[in-house]
Amino acid sequence: MLNGRNGMDRRRFLKIGASAAAVPLAGGSMAAQAFGMSPLDALAASAANDRVLVVVRLDGGNDGLNTVLPLDQYANLAKARANILIPEAKAVKLTAATGLHPALGGFAKLYADGKLQIIQSVGYPSHNQSHFRSTDIWFSASEYNQILSTGWLGRYLETVYPGYPDGFPSKDFPDPPAIQIGSSLYTLLQGENVPMGMAVANATSIYSLVPAGFDTAPKTPAGHELTFIRQMFTETQKYGESIKKALAAAANKSALYPATGNTLSDQLKGVARLIAGGMQTKIYVVTLRGFDTHANQVLAADVATGAHALLLTKLNDAIVAFQDDLRLLGLENRVIGMTMSEFGRRILSNASLGTDHGTSAPLFVWGDPVAGGILGTNPVIPATVTVKDNVPMQYDYRSVYSSILKDWLGVTGADLTKVLLKDFPALPIVGTPILQRASNPSGADLEQNFPNPFREATTLRYRVDAGERVRLRVFDSRGGLVRVVVDGFHAAGSYARTLEAGALRPGIYFCRLEIGGRTWQRPMEVMR
Amino acid sequence: MDRRITLAKASGSAALARDPAFARYANAVLPKRGAVAAGLEPFAGAWDKRHASHLLRRTLFGFSKADLDKALSLNSSNCVDALLTVPDETPAPPISTDVNDPTPAGTTWTVSAYDGNYNGTRQRSLQNWWMALAMRGEFSIREKMILFWHNHLATELDVVGDPRYAWLHHSLLRKSAMGNFKELVRQITVDPAMLQYLNGDSNTNTSPNENYGRELQELFTVGKGPEVSAGNYTNYTEEDVKAAARVLTGWRDVRDTPTAEFQDKRHDVKDKVFSSAYGNTVIAGRTGPDAGTLELDDLIAMIFAQAETARYFCRKLYRFFVYYEIDATVEANIIVPLADQLVKAGFAVKPVLATLFKSAHFHDAHNQGCQIKTPMDIVAGAVRQLGIPLPDGSDPARQYALMANLVGEAGRMQLEIGNPPNVAGWSAYYQSPVFYEVWINSDTLPRRVQFTDKLASAKGLGFYTDKSFLSVDVLALAKATSAPGLVNTLVSELAQIFYPITLTDVQLKYLKDVMLNGLPDYEWGVEWDDYVAAPADPLKIKPVETLLRSLITEMMQMAEYQLC
Repeated sequence: MLNGRNGMDRRRFLKIGASAAAVPLAGGSMAAQAFGMSPLDALAASAANDRVLVVVRLDGGNDGLNTVLPLDQYANLAKARANILIPEAKAVKLTAATGLHPALGGFAKLYADGKLQIIQSVGYPSHNQSHFRSTDIWFSASEYNQILSTGWLGRYLETVYPGYPDGFPSKDFPDPPAIQIGSSLYTLLQGENVPMGMAVANATSIYSLVPAGFDTAPKTPAGHELTFIRQMFTETQKYGESIKKALAAAANKSALYPATGNTLSDQLKGVARLIAGGMQTKIYVVTLRGFDTHANQVLAADVATGAHALLLTKLNDAIVAFQDDLRLLGLENRVIGMTMSEFGRRILSNASLGTDHGTSAPLFVWGDPVAGGILGTNPVIPATVTVKDNVPMQYDYRSVYSSILKDWLGVTGADLTKVLLKDFPALPIVGTPILQRASNPSGADLEQNFPNPFREATTLRYRVDAGERVRLRVFDSRGGLVRVVVDGFHAAGSYARTLEAGALRPGIYFCRLEIGGRTWQRPMEVMR
Repeated sequence: MDRRITLAKASGSAALARDPAFARYANAVLPKRGAVAAGLEPFAGAWDKRHASHLLRRTLFGFSKADLDKALSLNSSNCVDALLTVPDETPAPPISTDVNDPTPAGTTWTVSAYDGNYNGTRQRSLQNWWMALAMRGEFSIREKMILFWHNHLATELDVVGDPRYAWLHHSLLRKSAMGNFKELVRQITVDPAMLQYLNGDSNTNTSPNENYGRELQELFTVGKGPEVSAGNYTNYTEEDVKAAARVLTGWRDVRDTPTAEFQDKRHDVKDKVFSSAYGNTVIAGRTGPDAGTLELDDLIAMIFAQAETARYFCRKLYRFFVYYEIDATVEANIIVPLADQLVKAGFAVKPVLATLFKSAHFHDAHNQGCQIKTPMDIVAGAVRQLGIPLPDGSDPARQYALMANLVGEAGRMQLEIGNPPNVAGWSAYYQSPVFYEVWINSDTLPRRVQFTDKLASAKGLGFYTDKSFLSVDVLALAKATSAPGLVNTLVSELAQIFYPITLTDVQLKYLKDVMLNGLPDYEWGVEWDDYVAAPADPLKIKPVETLLRSLITEMMQMAEYQLC
């Protein structure tokens, strides 16, 4: 029975994939063409859909500067946060200029193995320092001054599960679109009409809505009915049966999970088991709380210890064990994870051995399929830091979302715009993007610029397959337009243009070719 | 309605028996409540939020903070009197909302000629009109009593057919909400809808139909006792069913008027001899146009002279308003004295309800929270509790469309006003040992949660007919607490409105965590103060609103919310 279930999975995933990309797999080349995709691309997009994304929420606002250490900025950092700065000698070095908090030794190993992508200074313009408002922004993928009631992953899942919840669960879609370990669902998973997932109190033991400590109803007639209703809640969980089956079908294989005291590890352990048990669920959301370190973030006696060190230890141990488990379960190529925190913390520390609410911070994406490495540069710390100074943004958080949606989950075209509401340039986060942009059926193309990275100038080569309006433009990593290289009518043919770096600051940019309604895009890097 | 049809419909409960979760967890035997010492002596405890909330929960469909404040501004006895005050009223009758109905739109169909083409839409109109009245938020037991009578003297729209009959029938229940049990049964016996429903219209001297004669005794008045011998149900016998049917021969409904009339040529003029259960009473056979009324009066007098009639009725009141289990102690200390009072009061229900609601027994901790909310308590109750404004009657088409949705919601939760499952009413009030638990099954429980989830969502519960939405104003709900910026006060005060039992500290902390995700309490205070300082700034409103919505959603997802 269980083997049969697993045997069915691939086919079901393909079906989900088909509906996600609106591309029927068999005899559907017309639809594929309509999206500017080759049948091969369509197949690739569909196959993407046995892929899983795990979101780790670091709740409270993680202190990025004590997490990914900008060693080349230490002179100025030491002036700004002397009472909490991790000593350079204790840093786990990734490069000459960048290190990790000593609690993140496992992350350094993932980095060395090419399984950890660090994206520097992720945030958004006009950063809001309210926990709740900033969380809303991160969850909904809104502008800083825009109010949305749906979450970006909720909107994504609506493209995969059209019409949900009507008709779900079904034989082909037996599992919830998303599972959040914990209590009530985050806005992250909110769709237009309903939440696109379910909250599971504790994935490892019970799929009940009743959290631990609730099971003692008073010994009264009211308590008698309360017990009855709680039992009915447990039994009637829409997806209770499929979760129960998945948990029964698989066991964890890693010995690295901490036995006690690591709630994140407990959650990820459950997630690994659910994936291994054959769940088709695409999104898992877990939470590590306590990052709001206004006071006693470190211990004065040894700043490498204290509340923040304990949190990072939990993060490190949980993800290392989870990744080890995925490897042993043969799931490493199907799962990536990302961290998400509402903001980083202020550069200047306070007198309570803590830090107050800040803005941008580094974000981690990990897993076997990620490209690996560090995107962006260390934040520049001014010589004189005031209480108003914050880490400037290098990457819009929605560029990270865009990359994961596009290159990991295979979301394309109108669906991608529906999810993120506008276009954001993708970053090279996933090692082998699901859609190989080079392959296209029309003959039109944008080649990778050469040289790349470049200091002064680079050449952009492209082909136009039919006489149409052509635009070749360059965007920065926040999606801001920085150059219009071409905007005009082109006949079919091959073209080349030179792009001068000029005043472009070092960093990642995106060159986008648009011919009619079709687009091609290439990342490129400006160096100094 | 035919007995056979009744039985066929009742077998819908077989579907429930196939619900494995229900079969596994619902009562297999009656739980042992343990003796409740408190009797009908007046409640003398402190008139606090807990006791006031209990009274409101049982007499209204949900209550708001304003209702609670009003209750607490009175003393316990005056509060009961206020709730039992049901002023006479003549609400404007239901109107046509079907453009094809020959009744001009916006005018009432209740005085239009019968037109079978519009039975369905007129029945729906009656339900929608009723729902609007039930949800108007009166500080009175009226609407809950109407549901009580509807459950006790049940008829089904679908079976009655003629919506004008249903309207007359409903109007009788509405007018008699706080009236006289005996008088109401007398009038119901010759009510056109009931004559149709239980076949009184075909009950004649040449071909008596026993249907009403049976249900009158078995379900409406004296009740079925133990079957001590074949056909002898202690309180009445099969012979009494036949005799009662013969008393009522000749009554029929008249479609043209529409009314009921007595046709003496269809009446059985012979004497009707009742069994020893009724002291071998003989109702003299009569002739002439007054025979029907005279014999009806005799029949009602005979049945209501039985001590068991008042007791049976008081048990129904008890199960509707207090708790399902009636043990020997409750029978002796509550049911019998209430029944005595009912008889002394000539079957006026108001003094009996006053005694019950003012009693120490009603307010005993063991009687709090032990009911399960009916679908009406969920649907109408949540809307009232959350303070969600409803459209007034100024745009009837819109109001009716919205009410149709709510009637449908409650109906899918297994309580459709106007259409009980059969003549016995809803099984929650009689099906031992499960009783109220039948409201909760694998289908209805998710529906309940989906309904409250939608009310609490930012988008709200949608009505596609007019693209409108019902959504709670969570900010107003928070502001109604004494200190919305203090998260502990906020959560515990809302919990007092939401739940009939006190939450544990673990649960209160859990709710707080759901709202704040483990952030320190002061973060909420800061957020709230920011909002208060800039109450029109959408960027300040949104974060507090989001947090409050998660809190309210979660609160209504807790099992405690299903208790009444």
